[in-house]
Amino acid sequence: MARVIVDVMLKPEILDPQGQAIARALPRLGFSGVSEVRQGKRFEIELDGPADETALAEVRKMAETLLANTVIEDYSVRVEG
Amino acid sequence: MSAARVGVVTFPGTLDDQDAAKAVHLVGAQAVPLWHADHDLKGVDAVFLPGGFSYGDYLRCGAISRFAPLMDELIPAARAGLPVLGTCNGFQILCEAHLLPGALTRNASLHYVCRDQPLRVEQNATAWTSAFGQGQEIVLPIKHGEGRYVASADTIAELEATGRVALRYVGNPNGSTNDIAGITNEAGNVVGIMPHPEHAVEELVGAPSTDGLGFFTSILKKLVNA
Repeated sequence: MARVIVDVMLKPEILDPQGQAIARALPRLGFSGVSEVRQGKRFEIELDGPADETALAEVRKMAETLLANTVIEDYSVRVEG
Repeated sequence: MSAARVGVVTFPGTLDDQDAAKAVHLVGAQAVPLWHADHDLKGVDAVFLPGGFSYGDYLRCGAISRFAPLMDELIPAARAGLPVLGTCNGFQILCEAHLLPGALTRNASLHYVCRDQPLRVEQNATAWTSAFGQGQEIVLPIKHGEGRYVASADTIAELEATGRVALRYVGNPNGSTNDIAGITNEAGNVVGIMPHPEHAVEELVGAPSTDGLGFFTSILKKLVNA
């Protein structure tokens, strides 16, 4: 059994108002030195078998088909070791 | 002659299907309920994808709905020329299904916007906007939290150059690129808009106008003349 992590982020050129709101809140809470925040999604995919190349190709397909909207979002896939 | 039959789709979480059916009825067409879990378009002549929060907007608005069994039938039919209008969540579904380019995401203000919205009809050569004059200004209700239209610069340029921006906000409520409120596919049969024509068909209920009727009379005219 293996766990694969898919991170989905808005493409850099797409405005992220949620990230901006978080960035604006931080100084009010006493956190300084933050120039930008962007918010994304993390998916934890538990596989029945090992995270071999075939399984990872399937996860990439899932990301492409459903987890991310590749019109506005980028995704990355990694195995949690 | 039998009445034109306009399908109105209901997903779990759809809100505006009853108003849509009423609007279809008001212009003299027959509203045919379509259920998300059926592989059946019931031979309708056109389809209205109403607003709401289909599948709870889980993951992204419209992301789960586009894989509903009914969509397996609707997507190829729309590509083959079946007239389809998606409003609000329906527009989001059409984008997720890649029947229309681009995507709708969180309003720039982060606020849910609910108001009467002035709009300009930018393209009346579509199945759903032919009853309007080119450039006509209308008022329709809007109510959405994720209505900011975004697409790649190339896509926006192509939409603008080919006259595929169907509806534009007069006073941008959500940060949409180029004030875009609605677009059409190349053939003009698939149209997606954020405002709600189905809520602006009767003065009795306090609608800001009856401008919404134009979308329904447009499709009726097309079907009757077909």
